[in-house]
Amino acid sequence: MARLTHDNLLRARSLVALYPQERSALIPVLHVLQEQDGYLSPDGIEHVAELLDLTPAEVRGTASFYDMFHLEPVGKYLVAVCTNVACMLEGAYELLEHMEESLGVHPGGTTEDGAFTLEDAECLALCANGPCVTVNWRYFGDMTPARWDSLAADLRAGRLDDEVPPHGTLCRVRRAVGLMAGAGAPADGVGGDGAGGNGAKNATLDDHGRPVELGTSRTTPAVNSSLRATPPRGPQEGGHHEGGDEEDGR
Amino acid sequence: MSGPRVVTSRLGLPQSWTLRSYLDNGGYEGLRKALAMTPEEVHQATLDSSILGRGGAGFDAGRKWGMLRKAEPVYLVVNGDESEPATFKDHALIEGDPHQLIEGSLICAYAVRAARVFIFVRGEMALAQERLQAAVNEAYGYGAVGANILGSAFSVDIVVHPGAGAYICGEETALLESLEGKRGYPRIKPPYYPAAVGLYGAPTVVNNVETLSNLPWVLRNGSAAFAALGEGRSRGTKIMALSGHVRRPGNYEVEFAKVSFRELVYDPALGGGIRQDRALKAFIPGGVSAPWFGPQHLDLSLANETIAEAGSMAGSGAVTVMDETTCIVRAVWRITRFFHRESCGQCTPCREGSGWVEKVMRRIEDGHGRDADLELLMDICDNIAPGVSWPPAQTTICVLGPSIPSSVASGIRMFPDEFMDHIRLGRCPLPPDRLQTSSAYA
Repeated sequence: MARLTHDNLLRARSLVALYPQERSALIPVLHVLQEQDGYLSPDGIEHVAELLDLTPAEVRGTASFYDMFHLEPVGKYLVAVCTNVACMLEGAYELLEHMEESLGVHPGGTTEDGAFTLEDAECLALCANGPCVTVNWRYFGDMTPARWDSLAADLRAGRLDDEVPPHGTLCRVRRAVGLMAGAGAPADGVGGDGAGGNGAKNATLDDHGRPVELGTSRTTPAVNSSLRATPPRGPQEGGHHEGGDEEDGR
Repeated sequence: MSGPRVVTSRLGLPQSWTLRSYLDNGGYEGLRKALAMTPEEVHQATLDSSILGRGGAGFDAGRKWGMLRKAEPVYLVVNGDESEPATFKDHALIEGDPHQLIEGSLICAYAVRAARVFIFVRGEMALAQERLQAAVNEAYGYGAVGANILGSAFSVDIVVHPGAGAYICGEETALLESLEGKRGYPRIKPPYYPAAVGLYGAPTVVNNVETLSNLPWVLRNGSAAFAALGEGRSRGTKIMALSGHVRRPGNYEVEFAKVSFRELVYDPALGGGIRQDRALKAFIPGGVSAPWFGPQHLDLSLANETIAEAGSMAGSGAVTVMDETTCIVRAVWRITRFFHRESCGQCTPCREGSGWVEKVMRRIEDGHGRDADLELLMDICDNIAPGVSWPPAQTTICVLGPSIPSSVASGIRMFPDEFMDHIRLGRCPLPPDRLQTSSAYA
């Protein structure tokens, strides 16, 4: 696959400018590369190495330490099922078994049509809504076999394309400005290099100028409701978050 | 009477993650107050609040800042790599109130005169990164970050840094290595503290998301108001992340040291009791690195020192409840599997011990256990953390290794018969539907 495109090279350079030492930008830049190709290709790794004055072995050596980086292509949707203890108590292994059967792959495998790669994941920090699943790192809590089936159908039909970007796309909100505080801060930033030029006021546009909706995504119903900041005493005055579990995001 | 809400007061408000909502609800007032004080006064206010770190170790935050080596530059690194299984409080704080974290980070940065702030957010938390980056962009536009913050002479930049998936990066020296673009290997100690040798070798403050999120309230309401909450060394409030077989799993902010585990699990406004009114079998009081507790520990108060005296740790505030239908062997096995997968591999006791323990646990759960296996497990644990006591002896660079025996020793000591039944029967003695508890809210 490819080296970084011109636009992504500019993005990478603006990331490098944020750190006192350029190697610190390695992981953020690898996320850019993975967003571009869906995985870290050998050519891309070589390009990143050139950019940061590292050897390709150093880049690969770092990348291979981290679970999120893939050195081989994966499916369009990377599905991570948490099976750690909190989700396990909620039936995560039964869910995983169902997903293995319905997709026809075991964890680590990719479906023949290239749509799904299945992963058996460690805790994803959505434990009040177990079992939880992420698809390309977008959260779906309170998962059941039936809910998975309809989610998989929605994904295949492209009905969730706005909420679940292709594998590799992590943060769709770009930094709007470069460093401003002086003290050795380079004057250039994202805004000045033509890589998007987003000002602070349109900060929630992605690089294609499309708005990134941060509020209403139904991929994370659970997060908003999982934090029930309830007073420690006086349950009769439990506050405005009261309600059965069923109403609370199910 | 309404309980105190220090860090979760805005969660649940419409669009709570936006600048508009934040400003409508007291946002950036604490920073304004801080900027009207000297950095030393802000540091003193933090010391006076006696806030302990909320990431797991419970180190006094103000003291941590005071340990900075006198050199420039100083960096502030925010630990948002929340990965301890069953912990989900920082996830909620970043997604729900990113400006509060930004404001708290700025207050700290001002007090320690940080040259730059890096907020390390766990890689898997895509929405948290998006909301935080959008909030940082808004804060720059508002003048709260960057040059001459809120019209003052103070200037600092905030950089949102994504992780890439590694539990060990929650360990502060591993996090710094990762932030330097390397494999997340914990650093050899000494030097013990990033305050002396941190990011790029510079003096560095590493604080947890929840810790810093407390600071805007502390500055706005005063250290005395904060220290008036809680008891002993445990002051203020603590977010308890409650999971497992309770009716109402969730994050609950409670006054530190004033609530017991029993109240957390059974109070109708908190955990709401165990589903289907089953009996509690065991619970993990502070993340999977902590030794387990049983029903006899329910009346302990949620305070760092109380839990430590009882032989475990408050850790990150993650409490996982297991009811009478839980297969303890399976739960222990799953936790050992986690440590095996996440061991960074630098130290032999952890790298080899975690895999060995997992294999033995797996064969017991699968019905192939041997009579000598319990002795073997305890022997391996003793090699990882000699004495298998708490706090554990350390044979490794970081505390991941010594955390491995916690669940294994707890399971064997609390439920020896259940382990032996697995071995004698050659199968799990619990009903086959033991894990079919999802949606069983009753």
